Amino acid sequence: MGFFLTIVVMVAVLALVWRYLGSYMVSVYEGRVRWLGFVERPLYRVMGLDPEAEQSWRRYATALVVFSMVAILLTYVLLRLQAHLPLNPQHQAAVGPALSFNTAVSFVTNTNWQNYSGESTMSYLSQMVALAVQNFLSASVGIAVAIALIRGFARRGSSTIGNFWVDLVRGTIYILLPVSFVFALIFVSQGAVQTLSGVANIHNHLTGVHQAIPRGPIASQEVIKQFGTNGGGFFNANSAHPFENPNGITNLLEILLILAIPVALTYTFGKMVGSVRQGVAVLTVMTILFGGWLGITAAAEHSPNPAVAAAGMVHQSSGNTVGKETRFGDTTSALFNVTSTQTSTGSVNSSADSYNALGGMGLLAGMMQGDITPGGVGSGLYTILLSAIIAVFIGGLMIGRTPEYLGKKIQAREVKLAALGVLVMPVTVLVLTGIGVAVHAGTSVTGNNGPHGFSEILYAFTSQANNNGSAFAGLSSNTPFYNILGGVAMLLGRFFIIIPVLALAGSLAGKQLVPSSAGTFRTDTPLFVGLLIGVILIVGGLTFFPALSLGPVVEQLSHGKLY
Amino acid sequence: MLTHLRRALVVSIFFAVLLGLGYPLAETGIAQAAFSHQANGSIAANGSTLIGQQWKGAQWFHGRPDAYTPMATGGTNLGPRSKQLEASVAKQIAAYKKAGITPTPGLVTTSGSGVDPDISPAAAYAQVDAVARARGLPATSVRQLVAAHVHGPDLGFLGSSYVDVLQLNDALSQLR
Repeated sequence: MGFFLTIVVMVAVLALVWRYLGSYMVSVYEGRVRWLGFVERPLYRVMGLDPEAEQSWRRYATALVVFSMVAILLTYVLLRLQAHLPLNPQHQAAVGPALSFNTAVSFVTNTNWQNYSGESTMSYLSQMVALAVQNFLSASVGIAVAIALIRGFARRGSSTIGNFWVDLVRGTIYILLPVSFVFALIFVSQGAVQTLSGVANIHNHLTGVHQAIPRGPIASQEVIKQFGTNGGGFFNANSAHPFENPNGITNLLEILLILAIPVALTYTFGKMVGSVRQGVAVLTVMTILFGGWLGITAAAEHSPNPAVAAAGMVHQSSGNTVGKETRFGDTTSALFNVTSTQTSTGSVNSSADSYNALGGMGLLAGMMQGDITPGGVGSGLYTILLSAIIAVFIGGLMIGRTPEYLGKKIQAREVKLAALGVLVMPVTVLVLTGIGVAVHAGTSVTGNNGPHGFSEILYAFTSQANNNGSAFAGLSSNTPFYNILGGVAMLLGRFFIIIPVLALAGSLAGKQLVPSSAGTFRTDTPLFVGLLIGVILIVGGLTFFPALSLGPVVEQLSHGKLY
Repeated sequence: MLTHLRRALVVSIFFAVLLGLGYPLAETGIAQAAFSHQANGSIAANGSTLIGQQWKGAQWFHGRPDAYTPMATGGTNLGPRSKQLEASVAKQIAAYKKAGITPTPGLVTTSGSGVDPDISPAAAYAQVDAVARARGLPATSVRQLVAAHVHGPDLGFLGSSYVDVLQLNDALSQLR
């Protein structure tokens, strides 16, 4: 009952967020919001930037890539030097080179895959300045790309798609920072920790138990970790840790923070292209697919765990409790993890690796769709729009007419760019998983035997190539093999989608509007919603069904067998 | 290219200061002033009510079979068809049965954080008779104590209801 009420509240709040955050973002990126002008103007002056001067897609993409490479380098250097820097009360040593590379790439690409345990690896300075800063900036970059693509659709005969630096700064200071500032305090009021005082040493006088409890500036990082769909936890346990996510209230807030921007961006999109209905159509596709995987995963987790049943616990009224926190329970845990895997967030409030076979598959499948339902901040929208272009192309083939989307002719160049963007992720996942299961360095570190061990490797590369960051964490992937290959997967999954998307934005912005006629295939109708869902499921299904069969499907079907 | 590089450096440094230092330090200042108990880890006389601990012996309510090492948090990550999981659960069930307790699933399975401070109300009620026996207390008063410590679901519908083991055992130690 509580689960359904949670869904109702969630939908009601998100409806408001969709409408109001959506229109606020229009104002932010159209330059009408100026209440922090006193911060913006001096910054642009020092940068030598005219905020009114716009960029071609090439300059926009170059600025974005240069900025991201600088961010990777700075993050890497901070992690390598942390032992010599202040704010290190636990005296953490320098982070090793392969792990620093993986972590720097991970946070800059908005993946937040973590091959380290925060509590035993990172200084406070690293958490604050190296990692949390990239939580903000990588999110802002993602939204900027989505906005640039929207401008591509909205403009006519334009040679520019906006200014990367201005979009980056405005998204950060007008959207991400103010919301994080307020919610961090709400989190602290509920029990999330926010201190610089280091480890708390406690002594239980009743039992004589001693405990050393690491603390830190957690709440400030927790909120942006969710709101920017980043997902990198302060602690290894991520949002299952009571200091990150202390109770049911913060748990719901975490879910809402994840979904806020991806959902609201569909309103921003509709508004900026001149028809909110177009945004509604895209949101409907996202919602239906999200609901489907949520249903499957929640039902799976509400069912008994086979290994626990085999141990003699026949009556499991509380569903699969392995790896779940008492205060969240089975279905609410499933809701959190589905939200985070379908948005490229990757934070977890329960161990994904211990989910029942179909539950784990629900998490995997959301990522295999390309993390578009509703996807990460910005990345969800720009990636689903690639699928939308493929969908109108297929629709156009069926009726024998040059396809159009939002009044723009979709021609060979656009279809090629969209196809490229759609194919990068599956190729990366399947090739790297193939390597992972073929070599000893890949298979020797799985935490489970049988099909579940294969699922761990598949999950790792699916997660990283989608910039998600969720993990079947039994895989001990802090090895040079996984650090480096994972870093490559994250870079490919980020920039080899962003660059085609920006090229597409440039190409679309230059086009004139085609007046719609009786023969135009409308893209704000249930028919289009159905077509787009079909394209997403068929492309994802054909690509990944064989791999899923070897992992979760076999696992689900092997009744009575343990590994 | 050089212009891009210069701008990237300037904006990175600006945000490192604003978001990396200004934001978390301001939050820390306000949090310490307004919610100092929570901001420092909800620490009570015998530990943090948010971080679970090991309770050994028949005279205490037991939590989940977590490692309770806050320096290495996380779940066991054993899959749903893991032999190792079956073996560890079977061992837990046997231990509870020996103590005359019929355990709930939560009592024999580890959590996601590895430091779960809570158990379900059913898991607490399951231990009432054994704890009362060990302490020579009437079972009804121990049961009343558990009932008084059932929290949640938060706001009546968010997540599951739970009993904080440290708070329960603290109160238990004062029960005469």
